[in-house]
Amino acid sequence: MSSITANILNVVGILVFVVASAAMLTWVERRMLGIWQERYGPNRVGPFGILQVAADMIKLLMKEDWVPPFADRFVFVVAPTIAMFVVVAAYAVIPMAPGIGVIDLNIGLLFFLAMTSLSAYSVMFGAYASDNKYALLGGLRAAAQMLSYEVFLGLSLMGVVMLAGTFNLREIVLAQQEQWFVIPQFLAMLLFFIAGIAESHRTPFDLPEAEHELTAGFHTEYSGMKFGMFFIGEYVSVLLTASMMVVLFFGGWLGPVLPPLVWFLLKTSILVLLMILIRGALPRPRYDQLMAFGWKVMLPLAMINLVVTGVLVLV
Amino acid sequence: MSYGASLITHLWPLVLFLVLVIGLISLMLAGPYFLGSRRNARATGEPYECGIVPVGSAQYHVPIPFYLFAIFFVIFDLEAVFLFAWAVAVRETGWAGFIEALVFIVILLVALLYLWRLGALDWRTFRQKRDRASVLLR
Repeated sequence: MSSITANILNVVGILVFVVASAAMLTWVERRMLGIWQERYGPNRVGPFGILQVAADMIKLLMKEDWVPPFADRFVFVVAPTIAMFVVVAAYAVIPMAPGIGVIDLNIGLLFFLAMTSLSAYSVMFGAYASDNKYALLGGLRAAAQMLSYEVFLGLSLMGVVMLAGTFNLREIVLAQQEQWFVIPQFLAMLLFFIAGIAESHRTPFDLPEAEHELTAGFHTEYSGMKFGMFFIGEYVSVLLTASMMVVLFFGGWLGPVLPPLVWFLLKTSILVLLMILIRGALPRPRYDQLMAFGWKVMLPLAMINLVVTGVLVLV
Repeated sequence: MSYGASLITHLWPLVLFLVLVIGLISLMLAGPYFLGSRRNARATGEPYECGIVPVGSAQYHVPIPFYLFAIFFVIFDLEAVFLFAWAVAVRETGWAGFIEALVFIVILLVALLYLWRLGALDWRTFRQKRDRASVLLR
Protein backbone atom coordinates (compact mmCIF):
# COMPACT_ATOMS: atom_id res chain seq x y z
CA MET A 1 0.00 0.00 0.00
CA SER A 2 1.51 3.31 -1.03
CA SER A 3 1.90 6.06 1.50
CA ILE A 4 -0.65 8.28 -0.27
CA THR A 5 -3.39 5.65 0.05
CA ALA A 6 -2.42 5.09 3.67
CA ASN A 7 -2.62 8.81 4.34
CA ILE A 8 -6.04 9.14 2.72
CA LEU A 9 -7.31 6.15 4.67
CA ASN A 10 -5.99 7.74 7.86
CA VAL A 11 -7.62 11.09 7.15
CA VAL A 12 -11.02 9.65 6.27
CA GLY A 13 -10.89 6.99 8.96
CA ILE A 14 -10.07 9.42 11.75
CA LEU A 15 -12.70 11.91 10.67
CA VAL A 16 -15.34 9.17 10.63
CA PHE A 17 -14.07 7.81 13.95
CA VAL A 18 -14.18 11.21 15.67
CA VAL A 19 -17.62 12.24 14.45
CA ALA A 20 -19.16 8.77 14.90
CA SER A 21 -17.78 8.27 18.40
CA ALA A 22 -18.84 11.78 19.42
CA ALA A 23 -22.35 10.96 18.24
CA MET A 24 -22.24 7.63 20.07
CA LEU A 25 -21.03 9.40 23.21
CA THR A 26 -24.31 11.31 23.40
CA TRP A 27 -25.99 7.94 23.87
CA VAL A 28 -23.26 6.46 26.09
CA GLU A 29 -23.41 9.46 28.40
CA ARG A 30 -27.20 9.40 28.83
CA ARG A 31 -27.19 5.63 29.28
CA MET A 32 -24.34 5.61 31.81
CA LEU A 33 -25.80 8.54 33.74
CA GLY A 34 -29.04 6.61 33.83
CA ILE A 35 -27.35 3.50 35.16
CA TRP A 36 -25.41 5.45 37.80
CA GLN A 37 -28.58 7.19 38.89
CA GLU A 38 -30.52 3.91 39.10
CA ARG A 39 -32.77 4.42 36.12
CA TYR A 40 -32.64 3.06 32.59
CA GLY A 41 -31.69 5.94 30.35
CA PRO A 42 -32.58 5.78 26.63
CA ASN A 43 -33.30 2.07 25.96
CA ARG A 44 -36.16 2.07 23.45
CA VAL A 45 -34.62 2.54 19.98
CA GLY A 46 -32.84 -0.63 18.89
CA PRO A 47 -31.02 -3.06 21.20
CA PHE A 48 -30.08 -1.28 24.45
CA GLY A 49 -31.21 1.95 22.82
CA ILE A 50 -28.09 1.98 20.66
CA LEU A 51 -29.97 3.42 17.68
CA GLN A 52 -30.98 6.45 19.73
CA VAL A 53 -28.13 8.27 17.98
CA ALA A 54 -29.66 7.66 14.56
CA ALA A 55 -33.08 8.73 15.79
CA ASP A 56 -31.64 11.95 17.24
CA MET A 57 -29.75 12.65 14.03
CA ILE A 58 -32.89 12.27 11.92
CA LYS A 59 -34.82 14.46 14.32
CA LEU A 60 -32.21 17.21 14.22
CA LEU A 61 -32.00 17.08 10.42
CA MET A 62 -35.76 17.42 10.04
CA LYS A 63 -35.99 20.42 12.37
CA GLU A 64 -36.63 23.84 10.95
CA ASP A 65 -33.46 25.65 9.85
CA TRP A 66 -34.34 28.68 11.93
CA VAL A 67 -32.28 31.82 12.34
CA PRO A 68 -33.89 34.35 14.69
CA PRO A 69 -35.00 37.46 12.78
CA PHE A 70 -33.40 39.65 15.47
CA ALA A 71 -30.03 37.85 15.24
CA ASP A 72 -26.95 38.66 13.21
CA ARG A 73 -27.42 36.00 10.53
CA PHE A 74 -23.82 35.51 9.41
CA VAL A 75 -22.23 35.36 12.85
CA PHE A 76 -25.10 33.23 14.12
CA VAL A 77 -24.22 30.54 11.56
CA VAL A 78 -20.45 30.94 11.95
CA ALA A 79 -20.50 30.30 15.72
CA PRO A 80 -21.51 26.59 15.67
CA THR A 81 -19.20 26.08 12.68
CA ILE A 82 -16.25 27.26 14.76
CA ALA A 83 -17.40 25.18 17.74
CA MET A 84 -17.30 22.00 15.73
CA PHE A 85 -14.40 22.82 13.40
CA VAL A 86 -11.77 23.64 16.01
CA VAL A 87 -12.23 20.53 18.14
CA VAL A 88 -12.30 18.15 15.18
CA ALA A 89 -9.31 19.94 13.63
CA ALA A 90 -7.38 19.61 16.89
CA TYR A 91 -7.83 15.85 16.64
CA ALA A 92 -5.58 15.88 13.55
CA VAL A 93 -2.42 15.91 15.67
CA ILE A 94 -3.39 13.05 18.01
CA PRO A 95 -1.19 10.01 17.33
CA MET A 96 -3.48 7.02 17.89
CA ALA A 97 -0.98 4.26 17.10
CA PRO A 98 2.20 3.85 15.04
CA GLY A 99 1.18 4.81 11.51
CA ILE A 100 -2.30 5.94 12.56
CA GLY A 101 -2.78 9.68 12.84
CA VAL A 102 -3.59 12.44 10.38
CA ILE A 103 -0.31 14.29 10.61
CA ASP A 104 2.87 14.25 12.61
CA LEU A 105 3.52 17.92 13.37
CA ASN A 106 6.63 19.08 15.21
CA ILE A 107 4.44 21.66 16.93
CA GLY A 108 1.62 19.21 17.60
CA LEU A 109 1.04 20.32 21.17
CA LEU A 110 1.00 24.00 20.20
CA PHE A 111 -1.48 23.21 17.41
CA PHE A 112 -3.74 21.57 19.98
CA LEU A 113 -3.49 24.56 22.33
CA ALA A 114 -4.16 27.00 19.48
CA MET A 115 -7.26 25.12 18.35
CA THR A 116 -8.72 24.82 21.85
CA SER A 117 -8.16 28.55 22.39
CA LEU A 118 -10.16 29.34 19.27
CA SER A 119 -13.25 27.66 20.70
CA ALA A 120 -13.71 30.69 22.97
CA TYR A 121 -14.76 32.57 19.81
CA SER A 122 -17.62 30.17 19.15
CA VAL A 123 -19.31 30.89 22.48
CA MET A 124 -18.76 34.65 22.23
CA PHE A 125 -20.00 34.83 18.63
CA GLY A 126 -22.96 32.62 19.45
CA ALA A 127 -23.85 34.75 22.45
CA TYR A 128 -23.53 38.14 20.78
CA ALA A 129 -25.20 37.11 17.54
CA SER A 130 -28.22 35.67 19.37
CA ASP A 131 -29.21 39.03 20.85
CA ASN A 132 -30.80 37.26 23.79
CA LYS A 133 -30.24 38.09 27.45
CA TYR A 134 -29.64 34.53 28.60
CA ALA A 135 -27.31 33.90 25.69
CA LEU A 136 -25.23 36.98 26.42
CA LEU A 137 -24.93 36.13 30.12
CA GLY A 138 -23.98 32.56 29.33
CA GLY A 139 -21.53 33.63 26.65
CA LEU A 140 -19.79 36.10 28.95
CA ARG A 141 -19.47 33.49 31.65
CA ALA A 142 -18.22 30.90 29.19
CA ALA A 143 -15.65 33.24 27.70
CA ALA A 144 -14.28 34.38 31.06
CA GLN A 145 -14.15 30.79 32.31
CA MET A 146 -12.45 29.44 29.20
CA LEU A 147 -9.88 32.22 29.18
CA SER A 148 -9.08 31.72 32.86
CA TYR A 149 -8.68 27.98 32.61
CA GLU A 150 -6.69 28.20 29.40
CA VAL A 151 -3.77 29.93 31.10
CA PHE A 152 -2.90 26.93 33.21
CA LEU A 153 -4.10 24.40 30.64
CA GLY A 154 -1.01 25.35 28.65
CA LEU A 155 1.27 25.77 31.65
CA SER A 156 0.36 22.37 33.13
CA LEU A 157 1.48 20.64 29.92
CA MET A 158 4.92 22.22 29.98
CA GLY A 159 6.14 19.75 32.60
CA VAL A 160 5.57 16.97 30.08
CA VAL A 161 7.32 19.00 27.39
CA MET A 162 10.33 19.43 29.69
CA LEU A 163 10.57 15.69 30.35
CA ALA A 164 10.17 14.76 26.69
CA GLY A 165 12.05 17.76 25.29
CA THR A 166 9.69 18.18 22.33
CA PHE A 167 6.29 19.46 21.24
CA ASN A 168 5.87 16.49 18.89
CA LEU A 169 3.10 14.29 20.33
CA ARG A 170 4.42 11.09 18.75
CA GLU A 171 7.83 11.63 20.32
CA ILE A 172 6.17 12.43 23.64
CA VAL A 173 4.48 9.01 23.55
CA LEU A 174 7.76 7.29 22.65
CA ALA A 175 9.49 9.08 25.54
CA GLN A 176 7.15 7.23 27.93
CA GLN A 177 8.42 3.74 27.15
CA GLU A 178 10.21 3.45 30.49
CA GLN A 179 7.65 5.23 32.64
CA TRP A 180 4.33 6.90 31.97
CA PHE A 181 4.45 10.64 32.59
CA VAL A 182 1.51 10.34 34.98
CA ILE A 183 3.96 9.26 37.70
CA PRO A 184 6.38 12.22 37.68
CA GLN A 185 3.66 14.64 36.52
CA PHE A 186 0.68 13.56 38.60
CA LEU A 187 -0.15 17.11 39.65
CA ALA A 188 0.04 18.31 36.05
CA MET A 189 -2.30 15.48 35.05
CA LEU A 190 -4.89 16.64 37.58
CA LEU A 191 -4.50 20.27 36.49
CA PHE A 192 -4.90 19.34 32.83
CA PHE A 193 -7.90 17.13 33.55
CA ILE A 194 -9.69 19.90 35.43
CA ALA A 195 -8.76 22.49 32.82
CA GLY A 196 -9.91 20.14 30.07
CA ILE A 197 -13.32 19.67 31.70
CA ALA A 198 -13.60 23.45 32.15
CA GLU A 199 -12.59 24.09 28.53
CA SER A 200 -15.32 21.81 27.24
CA HIS A 201 -17.62 23.41 29.85
CA ARG A 202 -19.04 20.24 31.31
CA THR A 203 -20.33 19.65 34.80
CA PRO A 204 -19.04 20.67 37.36
CA PHE A 205 -17.82 23.59 35.22
CA ASP A 206 -20.95 23.99 33.10
CA LEU A 207 -22.01 27.33 34.57
CA PRO A 208 -22.17 28.91 31.09
CA GLU A 209 -25.13 26.64 30.36
CA ALA A 210 -26.49 26.11 33.86
CA GLU A 211 -30.08 25.37 32.96
CA HIS A 212 -31.69 26.42 36.21
CA GLU A 213 -30.53 30.03 35.86
CA LEU A 214 -29.62 30.58 32.19
CA THR A 215 -31.86 28.08 30.32
CA ALA A 216 -29.22 26.92 27.82
CA GLY A 217 -26.65 29.68 28.13
CA PHE A 218 -24.95 30.80 24.94
CA HIS A 219 -26.94 28.44 22.71
CA THR A 220 -30.39 29.39 24.02
CA GLU A 221 -31.54 30.60 20.59
CA TYR A 222 -30.04 27.70 18.66
CA SER A 223 -32.15 24.83 17.43
CA GLY A 224 -31.96 21.93 15.02
CA MET A 225 -28.62 21.00 13.54
CA LYS A 226 -26.91 24.23 14.63
CA PHE A 227 -27.61 23.25 18.21
CA GLY A 228 -26.50 19.73 17.25
CA MET A 229 -23.14 21.11 16.16
CA PHE A 230 -22.56 22.76 19.54
CA PHE A 231 -23.63 19.50 21.13
CA ILE A 232 -21.36 17.29 19.03
CA GLY A 233 -18.57 19.82 19.47
CA GLU A 234 -18.86 19.35 23.21
CA TYR A 235 -18.57 15.58 22.92
CA VAL A 236 -15.65 15.78 20.50
CA SER A 237 -14.05 18.05 23.05
CA VAL A 238 -14.56 15.40 25.75
CA LEU A 239 -12.99 12.82 23.46
CA LEU A 240 -10.16 15.21 22.65
CA THR A 241 -9.39 15.89 26.30
CA ALA A 242 -9.37 12.17 27.08
CA SER A 243 -7.17 11.36 24.08
CA MET A 244 -4.78 14.18 24.92
CA MET A 245 -4.47 12.88 28.49
CA VAL A 246 -3.75 9.39 27.20
CA VAL A 247 -1.09 10.70 24.83
CA LEU A 248 0.59 13.01 27.32
CA PHE A 249 0.30 11.16 30.61
CA PHE A 250 -0.81 7.56 30.11
CA GLY A 251 1.66 6.36 27.51
CA GLY A 252 -0.54 6.71 24.40
CA TRP A 253 -0.67 3.43 22.52
CA LEU A 254 2.04 1.76 24.66
CA GLY A 255 1.05 -1.41 26.50
CA PRO A 256 1.76 -5.14 26.54
CA VAL A 257 0.13 -7.96 24.51
CA LEU A 258 -2.81 -6.14 22.91
CA PRO A 259 -2.35 -4.19 19.63
CA PRO A 260 -1.41 -0.50 20.06
CA LEU A 261 -4.70 0.89 18.72
CA VAL A 262 -6.70 -1.22 21.18
CA TRP A 263 -4.62 0.11 24.07
CA PHE A 264 -5.19 3.69 22.95
CA LEU A 265 -8.95 3.21 22.61
CA LEU A 266 -9.17 1.35 25.91
CA LYS A 267 -7.38 4.08 27.87
CA THR A 268 -9.39 6.79 26.12
CA SER A 269 -12.70 5.08 26.90
CA ILE A 270 -11.80 4.73 30.57
CA LEU A 271 -11.06 8.46 30.81
CA VAL A 272 -14.23 9.38 28.92
CA LEU A 273 -16.25 7.24 31.31
CA LEU A 274 -14.49 8.94 34.22
CA MET A 275 -15.56 12.32 32.85
CA ILE A 276 -19.15 11.10 32.58
CA LEU A 277 -18.98 9.73 36.12
CA ILE A 278 -17.78 13.13 37.34
CA ARG A 279 -20.79 14.70 35.67
CA GLY A 280 -23.03 12.22 37.43
CA ALA A 281 -21.41 12.72 40.82
CA LEU A 282 -20.50 16.37 41.35
CA PRO A 283 -22.66 19.47 41.86
CA ARG A 284 -21.90 22.87 40.33
CA PRO A 285 -19.89 25.44 42.26
CA ARG A 286 -20.87 29.11 42.34
CA TYR A 287 -19.40 31.23 39.55
CA ASP A 288 -17.09 33.31 41.75
CA GLN A 289 -15.86 30.11 43.42
CA LEU A 290 -15.08 28.66 40.01
CA MET A 291 -13.07 31.69 38.93
CA ALA A 292 -11.31 31.98 42.29
CA PHE A 293 -10.37 28.30 42.12
CA GLY A 294 -8.81 28.80 38.70
CA TRP A 295 -6.78 31.90 39.48
CA LYS A 296 -5.93 31.42 43.13
CA VAL A 297 -5.30 27.66 43.30
CA MET A 298 -4.70 26.17 39.87
CA LEU A 299 -2.52 28.86 38.31
CA PRO A 300 0.02 29.05 41.18
CA LEU A 301 0.08 25.24 41.34
CA ALA A 302 0.83 25.05 37.60
CA MET A 303 3.72 27.51 37.98
CA ILE A 304 5.15 25.68 41.00
CA ASN A 305 4.87 22.39 39.12
CA LEU A 306 6.88 23.99 36.31
CA VAL A 307 9.67 25.07 38.66
CA VAL A 308 9.85 21.70 40.44
CA THR A 309 9.91 19.82 37.15
CA GLY A 310 12.67 22.11 35.92
CA VAL A 311 14.79 21.25 38.97
CA LEU A 312 14.13 17.52 38.57
CA VAL A 313 15.00 17.56 34.87
CA LEU A 314 18.27 19.44 35.41
CA VAL A 315 19.52 17.55 38.49
CA MET B 1 12.72 20.24 -3.88
CA SER B 2 11.83 23.81 -2.91
CA TYR B 3 10.64 24.75 0.55
CA GLY B 4 7.07 25.29 -0.65
CA ALA B 5 6.93 21.93 -2.40
CA SER B 6 8.28 20.07 0.63
CA LEU B 7 5.73 21.87 2.78
CA ILE B 8 2.94 20.65 0.51
CA THR B 9 4.18 17.04 0.49
CA HIS B 10 4.37 17.11 4.29
CA LEU B 11 1.20 19.00 5.11
CA TRP B 12 -1.31 17.77 2.55
CA PRO B 13 -3.00 15.22 4.87
CA LEU B 14 -3.74 18.01 7.35
CA VAL B 15 -5.13 20.24 4.61
CA LEU B 16 -7.25 17.37 3.28
CA PHE B 17 -8.53 16.69 6.80
CA LEU B 18 -9.49 20.33 7.35
CA VAL B 19 -11.21 20.50 3.95
CA LEU B 20 -13.18 17.34 4.78
CA VAL B 21 -14.21 18.78 8.15
CA ILE B 22 -15.43 21.96 6.46
CA GLY B 23 -17.27 19.83 3.90
CA LEU B 24 -18.98 17.83 6.65
CA ILE B 25 -20.00 20.99 8.48
CA SER B 26 -21.41 22.50 5.27
CA LEU B 27 -23.46 19.34 4.77
CA MET B 28 -24.76 19.59 8.32
CA LEU B 29 -25.71 23.22 7.74
CA ALA B 30 -27.23 22.64 4.31
CA GLY B 31 -29.15 19.46 5.20
CA PRO B 32 -31.83 21.00 7.43
CA TYR B 33 -32.31 23.87 4.95
CA PHE B 34 -33.74 21.37 2.46
CA LEU B 35 -35.14 18.76 4.86
CA GLY B 36 -36.48 20.93 7.65
CA SER B 37 -40.07 21.95 8.13
CA ARG B 38 -41.08 25.59 8.05
CA ARG B 39 -43.58 27.10 10.43
CA ASN B 40 -44.51 30.63 11.27
CA ALA B 41 -46.58 31.03 14.39
CA ARG B 42 -47.31 34.19 16.34
CA ALA B 43 -44.31 33.93 18.70
CA THR B 44 -41.80 32.36 16.28
CA GLY B 45 -39.78 35.53 15.86
CA GLU B 46 -39.49 36.46 19.53
CA PRO B 47 -36.43 35.96 21.73
CA TYR B 48 -36.76 33.05 24.16
CA GLU B 49 -37.14 34.26 27.70
CA CYS B 50 -38.79 31.28 29.36
CA GLY B 51 -42.19 32.04 27.95
CA ILE B 52 -42.69 35.59 29.19
CA VAL B 53 -42.89 38.56 26.85
CA PRO B 54 -39.34 39.88 26.26
CA VAL B 55 -38.58 43.02 28.22
CA GLY B 56 -36.00 45.61 27.20
CA SER B 57 -32.92 45.21 25.10
CA ALA B 58 -30.44 42.33 25.23
CA GLN B 59 -27.57 44.77 24.69
CA TYR B 60 -26.91 45.74 28.25
CA HIS B 61 -23.76 46.86 30.03
CA VAL B 62 -21.35 44.07 30.78
CA PRO B 63 -20.10 43.79 34.37
CA ILE B 64 -16.56 45.14 34.75
CA PRO B 65 -14.91 41.94 36.14
CA PHE B 66 -15.27 40.31 32.73
CA TYR B 67 -13.04 42.99 31.18
CA LEU B 68 -10.55 42.63 34.00
CA PHE B 69 -10.29 38.90 33.47
CA ALA B 70 -9.88 39.35 29.73
CA ILE B 71 -6.89 41.63 30.42
CA PHE B 72 -5.41 39.21 32.98
CA PHE B 73 -5.73 36.48 30.40
CA VAL B 74 -3.81 38.50 27.83
CA ILE B 75 -1.04 39.26 30.31
CA PHE B 76 -0.69 35.81 31.82
CA ASP B 77 -1.12 33.82 28.63
CA LEU B 78 1.44 35.98 26.84
CA GLU B 79 3.88 35.30 29.64
CA ALA B 80 3.02 31.60 29.55
CA VAL B 81 4.16 31.59 25.90
CA PHE B 82 7.66 32.65 27.02
CA LEU B 83 7.63 29.71 29.42
CA PHE B 84 6.64 27.37 26.56
CA ALA B 85 9.83 28.39 24.77
CA TRP B 86 11.87 27.71 27.90
CA ALA B 87 10.17 24.36 28.59
CA VAL B 88 11.12 22.86 25.25
CA ALA B 89 14.75 23.96 25.61
CA VAL B 90 15.19 23.35 29.32
CA ARG B 91 18.10 20.89 28.89
CA GLU B 92 19.96 23.13 26.43
CA THR B 93 19.71 26.25 28.56
CA GLY B 94 20.76 24.44 31.75
CA TRP B 95 20.92 26.07 35.18
CA ALA B 96 21.49 29.59 33.82
CA GLY B 97 18.23 29.32 31.87
CA PHE B 98 16.51 27.82 34.89
CA ILE B 99 17.45 30.74 37.14
CA GLU B 100 16.22 33.23 34.58
CA ALA B 101 12.95 31.32 34.18
CA LEU B 102 12.65 31.13 37.96
CA VAL B 103 12.97 34.92 38.25
CA PHE B 104 10.31 35.26 35.57
CA ILE B 105 7.94 32.82 37.30
CA VAL B 106 8.45 34.52 40.67
CA ILE B 107 7.61 37.88 39.12
CA LEU B 108 4.45 36.31 37.66
CA LEU B 109 3.49 34.87 41.04
CA VAL B 110 4.13 38.20 42.76
CA ALA B 111 1.98 39.94 40.15
CA LEU B 112 -0.78 37.39 40.78
CA LEU B 113 -0.48 37.91 44.53
CA TYR B 114 -0.65 41.68 44.01
CA LEU B 115 -3.84 41.34 41.96
CA TRP B 116 -5.25 39.04 44.63
CA ARG B 117 -4.52 41.48 47.46
CA LEU B 118 -5.86 44.35 45.39
CA GLY B 119 -9.18 42.51 45.18
CA ALA B 120 -9.09 42.28 41.39
CA LEU B 121 -9.84 38.55 41.51
CA ASP B 122 -12.86 39.15 43.72
CA TRP B 123 -16.21 38.75 41.97
CA ARG B 124 -18.35 40.06 44.80
CA THR B 125 -20.05 43.40 44.47
CA PHE B 126 -19.39 46.19 46.93
CA ARG B 127 -22.52 45.33 48.88
CA GLN B 128 -21.69 41.64 49.09
CA LYS B 129 -18.22 42.51 50.38
CA ARG B 130 -19.72 44.72 53.06
CA ASP B 131 -22.40 42.26 54.13
CA ARG B 132 -20.46 39.03 54.18
CA ALA B 133 -17.10 39.26 55.85
CA SER B 134 -15.95 35.72 55.27
CA VAL B 135 -16.51 33.72 52.10
CA LEU B 136 -14.80 30.57 50.95
CA LEU B 137 -11.57 31.25 49.02
CA ARG B 138 -11.60 34.95 49.62
